[in-house]
Formats: sequence, C-alpha cells, structure tokens
Amino acid sequence: MRPATPLVRLEDISKGYGDRQVLREVNIDLRPGEMTSLTGASGSGKSTLISLLAGLSTPDEGRVVVDGEALSALDDAGRARIRGRQIGIVLQSGNLVPFLTAAENIDLATRFSDGRADRTGDLLDELGVADRRDHLPRRMSGGQAQRVAVAIALANDPDLLLADEITGQLDSTTADQVMRTIVDAGRRRGLTVFFVTHDHEIAARAERRLVLEAGEVHER
Amino acid sequence: MSSGGVGIQVVDVTKRYRTPGGVVQALDGISLGVDAGESLAIIGPSGCGKSTLLGLIAGLDTPTSGVVTIGTQQVSSMDDEERARLRRRDVGLVFQSDDLLPFLTATENVSAQLALADGTGAYADSIEILVGAGLADEIDKLPDQLSGGQRQRVAVARAIVHRPLVIVADEPTGSLDPDNAMAVVDLLLEAQQATGATLVLVTHEEAVAARLERVVALRDGRLADDATGRPIPGSPP
Repeated sequence: MRPATPLVRLEDISKGYGDRQVLREVNIDLRPGEMTSLTGASGSGKSTLISLLAGLSTPDEGRVVVDGEALSALDDAGRARIRGRQIGIVLQSGNLVPFLTAAENIDLATRFSDGRADRTGDLLDELGVADRRDHLPRRMSGGQAQRVAVAIALANDPDLLLADEITGQLDSTTADQVMRTIVDAGRRRGLTVFFVTHDHEIAARAERRLVLEAGEVHER
Repeated sequence: MSSGGVGIQVVDVTKRYRTPGGVVQALDGISLGVDAGESLAIIGPSGCGKSTLLGLIAGLDTPTSGVVTIGTQQVSSMDDEERARLRRRDVGLVFQSDDLLPFLTATENVSAQLALADGTGAYADSIEILVGAGLADEIDKLPDQLSGGQRQRVAVARAIVHRPLVIVADEPTGSLDPDNAMAVVDLLLEAQQATGATLVLVTHEEAVAARLERVVALRDGRLADDATGRPIPGSPP
C-alpha cells in the first residue's frame, strides 16, 4: 500500500510549442519519499516536464499541484516562493554563477531558503567537493561543478529534488557519476526525487520508472 | 558595501598560461592606471589579452608577475578567499552572456548579489534597482521569460546593487542589438555616475567604447595606445 497523498500531482497536463504538441494529458503522482526516473528519446519533452514540475513554466492545460498548492494558479512570485521552500533543481547547465566560488554559490542558495549560510561546509563535504570550496567554477572539472550544483539543489533542504539529464560538457561516465550522486543524496535524505536520464541502469535504481513517448507518459 | 570609487593600478603585469600547445603569454608587462570614478574602455582584437586583464582587475585570477591594486587593496597578492571577499563586496561584474540563475526570478538574482555582499539580500533594494533599469514589470519573471536585452539589464542591476567600488564589464553588449547595447551602456554609466564607482569595460565595439571617458587599446598582450594621450605609469618618458 502506498501513502494516499502525493507530494506532487500532475493533472491532465498538456503543453506545446507552436504547432508541436510536446505533452498530451499527462498524469503523474509523486508520493513522498518515492524515487521516479523518466527516460525518453531526445526532444521527447523530458526537460519540459521537469520545468513544469519546478514551476519554471506553466502548462497550456491541466494543473501542477505541489503539497496541495496548485502552481498553475499562482503568479510568478508565488511559484518562486514554492520553489525556494520546497524544490531543489539540478538543470542541464547554468546552475552556477561563474564569478562566485563553490562556497558562495551554495551560500546564496541557503540564504534564499532561510537566510542561514551555515550548512555550506556540510554540503561541500556531503558532495565530496570540500577541496573546491574557494574555487571558481572555471577552476573546477565539469563533474565537480555539477556536484556543487547538486549541493545548491539541496541547500534549501527541499522535499522534492528534480534533476534534468546531466549533459552539457560532461563525458558520459562523469555524467553518470553525477546522476548517481543525485540518486544517492535523494535516497540518503529520503526525498521525493524525479530525475531524467538516458541511462537505463541508473533509471532502474528508481522504484518507479516512467517513459515519455509521443507526448504520453507510461509506467515501465 | 561602499560608495564612491577608488583608483586601480596595474603595474608591470604579465600573465602566462600553460596550455597543451605550450605556454601562452596573454599579458606582456602591462602598466595602467585608472582614476577613482573614471570610466575606461579597453579595446583590441580578439585574443589580445583584454579579458585576461579585466579578470586580474576583478580578482578573478592572479598575475604571473606584477601588481594589481584596487584602492589600497593589493589584489594580486590575495589568496582565493580574500579575492572572493573582494569580488562580493567591492566589485560588480557583468559578462557577455548574462549568467543569471535560471531558477531564480529577476529580483532573486539581483538580491543574491546583495546577500553575498552584506548578508541581507533585501528584496526592496533589488526591486528599486530593477525599476530604475526599466524592468518594473519583469521583477518576478524568470530569465527564460525575459528578452536578451532585459536579461542583460538584470545582470547590470545585479552588478551595481551593492554599490561596488569598481564595476567591471567584459563585452557586456556583445550579444545585443545596437538599441539594447546602448540601453545597457546607459545603465552602467548612470550607475557609475550615481555612485562614483570606477568603471572598466572591455569591448570590441567602437560605439560603446566612445561612450566612456577614456579608451586604451591592447595588442598582443601590450598596451598599444592610450587614446587620451595620458602618460602610462611605468612607461618610458
């Protein structure tokens, strides 16, 4: 038996760009503490789905409900508030401010949640990048920079951790390592995790596996 | 956080990089002074070392030899942590691409700089700066929802909100059409004049350079010309 109340509920979500329909009446429930992976061909709308879950964009039709609150009914500031409080996000790229050190990038994220910056050292330790503390992103490897990005995503102590497929400039081995870091961190902290990956072995580490195909989501 | 600019001194600075293809001499014995409150454009062909020089002034990097000072602070001898502190309090940075965090709104992106500079991150100050930048309707929008010109104005707002001593801009108009480019330059100059900050800007666009008080050209890691004819510190008479 699974708990009845989902942390996140996508209800009949449709989203398109111009003539192209990317998502068609998608329904997904994410239950507290559950880990869900999403695979699908490139261009199938996986990033669109992450963006909707994060309240970074709004659906054409349907609702995204997080912890009982419909993101689609909120204005930009309201969605920003929910994001800041409850959601941690690792995007494909652009997660770090390039002229801030690892510690500063994380400080910044913790300050947006509760104004405290005293967890930065712990997060750097947890993600194995303590020795990069005072380094700028350009002095880190791609994998180290993404680990700092994961630390940022965890900095507001979120209930929901979202991770888009780690691509960017990383080779596939490093990208997979970062994705494993995300999965491990989510597991350790008991978070509700939703992540996108192309790697079926990593996808299989989630208890629920979804596939996005022709705008529709299926359980595997 | 402070108000009013300070002078910048670059004395006999060299910068060499080790690359797989050998050692690259990006800067070759540069000396340059910028007065407190002055606006200076650095121009030159691609690869001439202008962004390297800017990075040394901003404390993003350290020279191989030579000295860089901002006011009384010797940037070139600071360790990583000291340079980070200098950047967050005393320097405002703008790059060619806006580098806004995609999951923060315009106000949050600007407040982030304040949070690091003085620990407050007050939204009111950020909103005031954004409104002043003509972005009153954009304060709660995400970077994705803004045009390129609007994003870059948010980036400028972020660079000036903590009233830095020095504003450093590396090709801030490089991705913009002429109208948006001039809006960004206007904003930088207004901020510089309002706070008395010292502004150093790297550009390859003459129309942008001409808006600043002084222009110097770099070529092959050396100072090619000081357009105002002012003597360059350390140069032979």
